[in-house]
Amino acid sequence: MASGIPIEISGLSKHFGPVTAVDDLSFTVQPGSVTGFLGPNGAGKTTTLRVLLGLEHASAGTATFGGTPYSALPRPLETVGAALDASFHPGRTARNHLKVYATAAGLSSARVPVVLEQVGMSDYADRRVGGYSLGMRQRLALAYTLLGDPGVFVLDEPINGLDPEGIKWIRGFLQTLAHEGRTVLVSSHLLSEVQQSVDEVVIIAKGRLMKSGTLASLELDSAPRTIADSPDRPALAAALTSAGLEFIEGRSGFIVDEPDPARVGHAAFVGGVELAALHRLKSGLEESFLSLVGEGEAS
Amino acid sequence: MNLVRALGAEFQKVFTTRIWWLLAILLAGYVAIMSGGLGAFLGWASQNPDAAASTGNSAPLPAGLDLAPLVYSFASSIGYVFPVLLGALAVTGEFRHQTLTPTFLAEPHRTVVLTAKFISQLVIGAGLGVIAFAVSVGAGSAALAAFGLDTGLDSSDTWALIGRGVLAMALWGAIGVGLGVLVTNQVAAIVIVIAFTQFVEPILRLVASLSDVTASIGRFLPGAASDALVGASFYNIASLGSSESLEWWQGGLVLAGIAVVATVIGGATTWRRDVS
Repeated sequence: MASGIPIEISGLSKHFGPVTAVDDLSFTVQPGSVTGFLGPNGAGKTTTLRVLLGLEHASAGTATFGGTPYSALPRPLETVGAALDASFHPGRTARNHLKVYATAAGLSSARVPVVLEQVGMSDYADRRVGGYSLGMRQRLALAYTLLGDPGVFVLDEPINGLDPEGIKWIRGFLQTLAHEGRTVLVSSHLLSEVQQSVDEVVIIAKGRLMKSGTLASLELDSAPRTIADSPDRPALAAALTSAGLEFIEGRSGFIVDEPDPARVGHAAFVGGVELAALHRLKSGLEESFLSLVGEGEAS
Repeated sequence: MNLVRALGAEFQKVFTTRIWWLLAILLAGYVAIMSGGLGAFLGWASQNPDAAASTGNSAPLPAGLDLAPLVYSFASSIGYVFPVLLGALAVTGEFRHQTLTPTFLAEPHRTVVLTAKFISQLVIGAGLGVIAFAVSVGAGSAALAAFGLDTGLDSSDTWALIGRGVLAMALWGAIGVGLGVLVTNQVAAIVIVIAFTQFVEPILRLVASLSDVTASIGRFLPGAASDALVGASFYNIASLGSSESLEWWQGGLVLAGIAVVATVIGGATTWRRDVS
């Protein structure tokens, strides 16, 4: 097994014409833990990963593996295992798909049955990929990353399309890789999807870094807050404003920067607004994530 | 070293999907029908000149015309579309199925990948050439022999023609790679191959042959250059080609030039772009 190398993103920007997909992004991913790369759809996660892997050109800045850009890695598949969009030639079998790229990377074809076994695909290996479910394609994409037994894994939305059993399996799989000292970067647009498997988070929105740190620090960031909702949201917003309370609008109502629901209830009472929901925010994690991402969207 | 690996991978890519043998079977069938059929017709016509002339639509065959090279050269004069298609598919398929991502992850040096595609399609084009000439010589010589005509198989000229024909098919495979990397949309590339080889170029060659000035330009058309390289073509007796064709080696250089120039331009443009 190759040793884990840090992923270093420094001042990275990527423009598509007038659109800025990634905007002066800097962060580091260390070996030995699973890092969640989080942000809403369109935040620039996939673009960042594609630039990191040499598939797209950076407009500015660098993205390297311990200082070396992907294209300069002497043996790329033995250094980095990457799974982006799970796309394959539909007429090729899983086994042949892996054989092709083992050949291209100068790896022994004996690795092919090994990695197929690792992702639980041995029974389907000789079927053409065209008939695969999304979950099977995801597993095959993972098998590709394992071919060179690399020290770094870069996985774009690997949990998307997996069934509950598959999700449980991949969580254990990612943890095992990290415990072996490898660098594991996993992107997702849902914190809840990776919450149980990541140790570190890098959160971006609109191409900019919102937060980078441990998952626990994300929880600490968020003071207890209150959720309030009303059939008449504009009236509730007015009542909260006149009571001097800070809030953002979430899916299930307003998230109010106030630990005591009673004070929020009072503000609504004073404003004469009917409440449909009023409760304390239980887990700060998801809301903290949403507020970080929401700030990015608002700016 | 990297190129050797990339070459191995490119051959595996071709032979692990079905399109290569589908095209090979089509090529063999098409050439068998044309060489066998025309061999039989020409054989019959040369033995029954009066009957042939009475059909009214067949110009009398020139006396002493050597039919064998004509019949055998069907392998390349009509079969060249197959290596072009396979070469173009080898490139456009990567774009269509988004497999450039795993390809460039395994070999980040894109020039190495494109060079491997070029070389592998040269070799595969030659392979298709061997199949095509085996069929055209097999079916054609059987038809000619049935009418007691010279099959030319004891002549070294015939075998040199077959060798040049296999070379032409190899170069057409490489031209396919160049076309595919210039026109990365698979449907567009297929339409261009079919339209150009089956309609546009035959018409251009016919029109060009009408005057001496255009004829000297028309002989540089890829199909004309290919026929010049092979040294015989159905087009010549059908009066579609100009009488003054290129030397065989000039024809070969024209084909090689088209293949290299197209691949280099594509390699500097579409092949360099962001893969998304």
